Amino acid sequence: MEYAYIFIILACVFGFFMAWGIGANDVANAMGTSVGSGAITIKHAIIIAAIFEFSGALLAGGEVTQTIRKGMIDTSSIAGTPELLIYGMLAALLAAAVWLLVASYYGWPVSTTHSIVGAIVGFAAVGIGMEAVMWGKVGTIAMSWIISPLTAGVIAYALFMSVQKLIIDTPDPFASAKRYVPIYIFMVGFIISLVTMFKGLKHVGLDLTTMQAYLFSAMIGIGMALISKIFINRIKHEPSEDEDFHYTNVEKVFAVLMIVTACAMAFAHGSNDVANAVGPIAAIVGIVESGGEIAAKSALPIWVLFLGGVGIVIGLVTYGHRVIATIGTNITELTPSRGFAATLAAATTVVVASGTGMPISTTHTLVGGVLGVGLARGIGALNMRIIRTIFMSWVITLPAGAGLAIIFFFILKSIFS
Amino acid sequence: MSNYVFRMFGSSPMRPLQDHMGKVHLCAAELVNFFEAVIAQDQARITASQQSIVELEHEADKLKKSLRLSLPKGMFLPVSRRDLLDMLTMQDNIANKSKDIAGLMLGRQMELPESIAPLFLTYVKRSVDAIAQADTAINELDELVETGFRGREVKVVEKMIKTLNQIESDTDEIQIQIRSIMFKIEIDLPPIDAMFIYRIIEWVGELADLAQRVGSRLQLMLAK
Repeated sequence: MEYAYIFIILACVFGFFMAWGIGANDVANAMGTSVGSGAITIKHAIIIAAIFEFSGALLAGGEVTQTIRKGMIDTSSIAGTPELLIYGMLAALLAAAVWLLVASYYGWPVSTTHSIVGAIVGFAAVGIGMEAVMWGKVGTIAMSWIISPLTAGVIAYALFMSVQKLIIDTPDPFASAKRYVPIYIFMVGFIISLVTMFKGLKHVGLDLTTMQAYLFSAMIGIGMALISKIFINRIKHEPSEDEDFHYTNVEKVFAVLMIVTACAMAFAHGSNDVANAVGPIAAIVGIVESGGEIAAKSALPIWVLFLGGVGIVIGLVTYGHRVIATIGTNITELTPSRGFAATLAAATTVVVASGTGMPISTTHTLVGGVLGVGLARGIGALNMRIIRTIFMSWVITLPAGAGLAIIFFFILKSIFS
Repeated sequence: MSNYVFRMFGSSPMRPLQDHMGKVHLCAAELVNFFEAVIAQDQARITASQQSIVELEHEADKLKKSLRLSLPKGMFLPVSRRDLLDMLTMQDNIANKSKDIAGLMLGRQMELPESIAPLFLTYVKRSVDAIAQADTAINELDELVETGFRGREVKVVEKMIKTLNQIESDTDEIQIQIRSIMFKIEIDLPPIDAMFIYRIIEWVGELADLAQRVGSRLQLMLAK
């Protein structure tokens, strides 16, 4: 195939740039509730994000990447002209990356998921033909964008209520917190690792049966609970600190839970959002490697996920830390107990979506989780105007991503043919 | 560059509302000192005390304004915005009324007849008690947010409001006693002076009323 290496290099450059953008911009959103609740410092947030975004991308990013790679376009109509798909995927990457850059420059909230999906659907519908888009699958994805914030909201509400019942509304909330927080931590570890193992870790050389997956997940959960128990036992009850606000000591126990939840959130974000950057690379590499054939059943090369993970981490370290730092300078009344409920609800929803291959917006899901706690009367004040802006952004992002992708598609097509 | 998830969190109005009530409480509590000075006929102390009441009222006013500005429409709150703003107005009225009482008494150089003076001081103290109790209840607002306005904490606050109502009815009792003494001695007082003493009696009673209304508004918030 002509220009094969150029295509791969271009794909990697654009994809890496996109991953960098996700790390620079989006990771801060995922870490917003954790840093905002004061449970972790900015420095810790960056370390947690770097480790868990990367492992999320590498270990659990495969399914969504496959969806972006070949789940939305019916390639049978372009079997003879595979280069069209290459131009399209390059255009989609470029469009999403440019849109991300423009939006970040103007300070608009932007979902990388929506821009890449909009871009792919855009170039396929206009560049190839309406019939090339698998509308059923795209419809499912669009539905998941509505369902995911709702799900997170419901889970957050339920988590918050369970915390009230088991810990806050008891005669000795501090003792209750010490008793139940390790159980919540077990749950976080168990759910996240179970979903990850269920979808298989074959690509990193781990082939587990269902039984083994349950067993290992339970072991990870118990391990995390035990370690956190050590930290929790070190927390001393200081009655003097409770004079002004009666739950200061209880919240200190929740802070441990918030740290674990922050890790889960970073993992979930990496597992879902890495696909936005590397899905198109995987598609292009697949075509080139099979010598121009659009293979339906080719395996996902793991180095692509690796590249995405590295890109996100570099984005985080070079630029994203500054965005996270802006949170640290603001004071918020978000306490760890509600930060945990909202964040864990979002992380669980995102990880399950990653397992089923659904590209969803982490930010929207997190907003859903926060609203869930707000509806349970757990948050002092929520700025509905900002929330509206966040949700409105995806209405604008879809046509913007699509439009840019169409333009880039025709430019690339005229350059290479 | 900003973080959108983080910007969702508005500043909670609960702390500022508590701070405002704290200031209002300080302002009203100064009335005890003021009345002691009036009874002692210590002119310098009266003037100084009135001055600090005016200052505290002014500070409360500033807190009120900044809280109002931080509560634009489009804020999603755990309690109704209307209730919060009404509560703020009632709290502020306590400070205003305290200022009015001190201002009128200083301006007219009022004196309290010896036969009612001790009881009057008790009356003022009990009214200030009502305000202190309202302050204690308002101070539970951030705890109420923590508990999602549910469970034990709600019971704690309801109990505080019950005590507040008790204190308010004490002030009513004392007011009746003062009025009955006044009825016996008013004939010997200059008529205009008697008239203004009746007005002060009324206003001090209103202080406790306002405190009670702050409590009832808090109860409404619990029931949302």
